[in-house]
Amino acid sequence: MALIEVKNLEKTYADEDIKTQALRGVSFSIESGEFVAIMGPSGSGKSTLLHVLGFLDRETSGTYHFNGRSNADFSPEELALLRNQKLGFVFQSFNLLSRTSVFDNVRLPLMYSEVPEAEWDERTEEAIVSVGLWHRRDHEPSKLSGGEKQRAAIARALIMRPQVIFADEPTGNLDSVSGKQVMKILQELNEKSGHTIILITHETYTAEHAGRIIRLLDGKIDSDELVTKRRTAVEDFIK
Amino acid sequence: MTFPHLLKTAALGLKTNKMRSVLTMLGIVIGITAIIIVMSLGKGAEQLIVSQVQGLGSKTIIVIPGREPKGPADAAQIFSDSLKERDLELLQKKANVPTLARIMPILFGGETGAYGSETYRLTIFGASPLISDIFDLFPKEGNFFNSDDVKGQRDVVVIGSKVKSELFGDAPALGEKIKIKGKNFRVIGILPKKGQVSFFNFDEAAVVPYTTAGQYIFGIKYFHRFIIEAASDESIERTVRDVQTTLRNSHGITDPDKDDFFVETQADLANRLGVITSTLTLFLTAMAAISLIVGGIGIMNIMLVSVTERTREIGLRKAIGAREKDILSQFLLEATILTLMGGAVGIVLGTAISFGISVVLTQIAGLNWQFSFQFFAMFLGLGVAALVGIVFGYYPARTAARKSPIEALRYE
Repeated sequence: MALIEVKNLEKTYADEDIKTQALRGVSFSIESGEFVAIMGPSGSGKSTLLHVLGFLDRETSGTYHFNGRSNADFSPEELALLRNQKLGFVFQSFNLLSRTSVFDNVRLPLMYSEVPEAEWDERTEEAIVSVGLWHRRDHEPSKLSGGEKQRAAIARALIMRPQVIFADEPTGNLDSVSGKQVMKILQELNEKSGHTIILITHETYTAEHAGRIIRLLDGKIDSDELVTKRRTAVEDFIK
Repeated sequence: MTFPHLLKTAALGLKTNKMRSVLTMLGIVIGITAIIIVMSLGKGAEQLIVSQVQGLGSKTIIVIPGREPKGPADAAQIFSDSLKERDLELLQKKANVPTLARIMPILFGGETGAYGSETYRLTIFGASPLISDIFDLFPKEGNFFNSDDVKGQRDVVVIGSKVKSELFGDAPALGEKIKIKGKNFRVIGILPKKGQVSFFNFDEAAVVPYTTAGQYIFGIKYFHRFIIEAASDESIERTVRDVQTTLRNSHGITDPDKDDFFVETQADLANRLGVITSTLTLFLTAMAAISLIVGGIGIMNIMLVSVTERTREIGLRKAIGAREKDILSQFLLEATILTLMGGAVGIVLGTAISFGISVVLTQIAGLNWQFSFQFFAMFLGLGVAALVGIVFGYYPARTAARKSPIEALRYE
């Protein structure tokens, strides 16, 4: 059974009577442990697709099964629980809480979880250490560089040990060195920890870190192929 | 989210915008302060009135000439000369009013008194020696006049402490003569400083026999009041009835609506004044409550701004697993913390100000004012503050909770 399975997914936005069709019948499936990049020019519907897959938005028609269960069956409470336990999000603009330390930002998902409070500090430390930010734990986001902010956001996405990590243009606001660091972390999460990663990007270079690339064009799948010569972030460092 | 974390999150939200939080709170602070002051002063006024009325003794009955004023059109004072010497004699007869313990006619008015070149505006009381008992007036120097002085219309006077100091300064006054209305009165007693007793200030008083006062000072052959004391608390009602019957017979009145006098008991007086003060307190509290509504709208306004500003934060929280009720509680709690803190500050401020006012009233105005801290007002203040927070915070909080995560995250 596939982790994610979508069939004929369509999404239409109605904004003041002007309808925009962002997705026009998309079908694919993603197995657990895959690293998939979704590519496409802006307006191709890749962000919309990620939002639907991440249960942040609902499709207009078509079906979406997560772990074999249709998303139409989830109650709002269950969706909140699912987002908390199974999914992690990394955004282009970080979305860290200002005036809140790295430690507290990373810990935030635990507050909405059923994890006993006694484990919180240990888990938070583990997540922050894994992205190499332990020395920055007491800093507020305004004191961090872009790359550090994104690493803090990754730690936050990791802390609930989710099945899937959704990364929406995670390197879009970063310089190339920071971007490579972020990709290295994501790749390690996929290879060493077995997280399923769904990455959205418009850069071929970034997408080639994934194992499979789905290209969207005008709300439809243009191509869906495995990456033959996969880039590894570590290699780039050596060069 | 557990409550302690919810609380921390809400507190953090408020701390991020400290100045704004404080200013928003101000409306509630002012409202609660006003409520506390009004309630404390209202209670103080009530206690003051009750204690003054009780100063006369609960068995005291007052007969007042004229028709009892029942409306603005009533000419209240048309029969102001209705209480005569004959009425006094009739009331004193056991056969007429068996439960009457004692009765005293009283006359009063303002008159200038002079000693040498000093003059002072006196409050003249024409009374019988009973006034000493009824108002608890015992001279610190000299004596009160007796019934012989009354019978003999003697020119003697007992003066209040203020009168003594204004006319005589530090010089001895006993045996000296004060000139009132061209007649000399010998000072036979000086009262200690009393302050306000009931509605009279005896410090500014000159007490003379009522016979002398009627004849020489006021030039009238009637009395301003009869002050009657019933034999016991139980017999007050009966005494009132007997007094009314006796006076009606004396004045030839058959229809009680045509009475040319009215009778007031201390209980009536206390009740009537109590109604006035509590109505006033209620009215002022209602005015203060309006400021709370204004404060509440201020909170709603700011919370709506805050929800819009923090749209992205709300989106993020939803993306990482916050449920609608988590977001709702967070914002509702923010509003409630604001109002509760405002309420607490208001209670402290209101209590301090009422205490200050009570000090001023006792020390400077010389009133027997008691400061009362009202736990009821405190709980009411906190309760109202919390209610304002919940009522006016609910709409913004619900707006926040219902934001779709994706629209919230996209918000720029």
